[in-house]
Amino acid sequence: MQKVTRSTIIDAPIDRVWAILRDFNSHDQWHDVVDASHIEGREQSDQVGCIRSFTLKDGNRIREQLLTLSDREYKSTYCIVEATVPLQRYVATVTLKPVTDGARTFWHWQSTFDTPPGMERELRDMVAQGVYEAGFENLRSHLRQGGDLRGGSQRGDGHAGMPTALPIPTRRVGLRRYGDASVLAGHDAQAPAPAAGEVRIRQRAIGVNFIDIYLRKGWIPSMLLVSDAAPGVLGMEAAGTVIDVGSNARGLLPGDRVAYLGPTPGAYCTVRTVPADWVVRLPPAVEDETAAALLLKGLTADYLLRDLGAVGPGTRLLVHAAAGGVGLLLCSWARRIGAVVVGTVSSEAKARVAREHGCEHVIVTRDYQFAAAVHSACGGADVVVDGLGDAAREENLAALARRGHWISLGQASGMLAPLAPDALIGKSLTFSRPVVFDYIADYAQLTERVGRVWEALANGSIKAPLIERYPLEAAAQAHIRLESRQTIGPLILIA
Amino acid sequence: MIQVYTSSVIGSSAENIWARIRDFNALPQWHPGIADSRIENGQPSDRVGCIRHFHTGDGGMIRERLLALSDYDYSVTYEILESPMGVDNYVATLKLTPVTDGARCFAEWSAEFDCAPGREAELTRAIGQGVFQAGFDALKRTFG
Repeated sequence: MQKVTRSTIIDAPIDRVWAILRDFNSHDQWHDVVDASHIEGREQSDQVGCIRSFTLKDGNRIREQLLTLSDREYKSTYCIVEATVPLQRYVATVTLKPVTDGARTFWHWQSTFDTPPGMERELRDMVAQGVYEAGFENLRSHLRQGGDLRGGSQRGDGHAGMPTALPIPTRRVGLRRYGDASVLAGHDAQAPAPAAGEVRIRQRAIGVNFIDIYLRKGWIPSMLLVSDAAPGVLGMEAAGTVIDVGSNARGLLPGDRVAYLGPTPGAYCTVRTVPADWVVRLPPAVEDETAAALLLKGLTADYLLRDLGAVGPGTRLLVHAAAGGVGLLLCSWARRIGAVVVGTVSSEAKARVAREHGCEHVIVTRDYQFAAAVHSACGGADVVVDGLGDAAREENLAALARRGHWISLGQASGMLAPLAPDALIGKSLTFSRPVVFDYIADYAQLTERVGRVWEALANGSIKAPLIERYPLEAAAQAHIRLESRQTIGPLILIA
Repeated sequence: MIQVYTSSVIGSSAENIWARIRDFNALPQWHPGIADSRIENGQPSDRVGCIRHFHTGDGGMIRERLLALSDYDYSVTYEILESPMGVDNYVATLKLTPVTDGARCFAEWSAEFDCAPGREAELTRAIGQGVFQAGFDALKRTFG
């Protein structure tokens, strides 16, 4: 007697894989060797005892009978009753088991059979490679293309369609009017089923950024409208696990660990449906919390240093809020590149952390006076990354070296008043007002930058973030804390 | 009867991992929650029926009897004789299955037990995550 065993891991939850495999007549939709298949008589394809009659692409014909179907054990056993292939007494069992630490599926496929003398090896290889291993690959690609999610059954009798995806309850933290942190309040809502090009994500960690505070205050109403009927929901980034996907979802699958960053706020919630174009898979080494804490800030550091600021060896870089979320990343990464890093912070405690992260010259100032100290440290800054805003305007102009570049990233002290072009002419200065989303608008750019951030984390160019965690419902406390300027490192919300 | 099931994929062959875990007295060598272990009455640690007597990191004493050991199935089944956990009729199985397409294996650790009403969720979490998943995580750190 011959025995063949093959097994694999499928990157999709067991219920999704089982929905396909329990249908005894589904194989001509996903297995490339099967040409056409039907269930004999008028029986359903999950009726124990039913017979599937099918042809292979090579012209062979096979009839197989379903002997066992167990939704409890995710198991299906079947045998060949008639075939033009000389497999005798062929009995096969498909068994699925859940991989509980990652929503994946273990798939075990085993059979026993006899063969005419001399054909043992040939038939073993055909079953093992031609049917089982090829089947694993074919099912993977079927899942990747969402072949099982296309609405309803396109064929007649004997095919059970997948249930239609329904909205899922989500808890959101939003605001009905602009104002201080007290306007934030939780409410219940529904996360819609993902449409084409979308994925629905069970969120675990949500990044908190200064832009959330600007939006809450009503400084950028074009990005966030609020009303009693439709509370505005903050948050640009989060990490979690894919629940389900629409068609053409960039190959993302249910169960994938992912993070996203998008130009439309709405991340302060437990379940969210977003465009797959925003979403990246997480490598195993990057935790959800790390991803939520690092994605927007790490990508910001990447385009600031690499593209906009063109920071290289010897570049004199002035980083304000050097112990903040973006500040720490800029300090350590720029130092690794070989830049001369000067930072401003508001306390001695923060100065110590900034130094530990590679900030060479730390200036402690609570009144936005730093230009003189910058000049004595390095002779003037080639690049200033400014999150301070209006109160530091004159000092920034003074701190810049000849042909220096002032990059205005934020406005913790208040919106920057209009800047006359002639303010720049004294030293041939450049002024930039970038937004991260223009640097990741292309999916290839997004994945390339994200890859560099994880690489920087792995090789020590940036350190694992010193994360402060708050429950989602306590988003107001996180805002108060971020606005207090007392924080060191990034804040996240736990959903 | 409460059932707990935890499973994982570990990046080495079933043979390699089995060599690490088949020794019923080897828990302290691979499970981070176990401080020390000995086999009672000088029995060999792979003799079905032998009893391991060990302490967890927080000082709790546990005695477990080996009920089944299979080098063919890569599985080990044992019962708790004495423990501070408050479980009755506790029988657990740790089992490896080769994944044929790559040097990795599928690991399952399951248990059935009875307990006082109201403690089900707490014990399910403590056993499923604190014991089983923690053990898998340690194996994954060693074997990838």
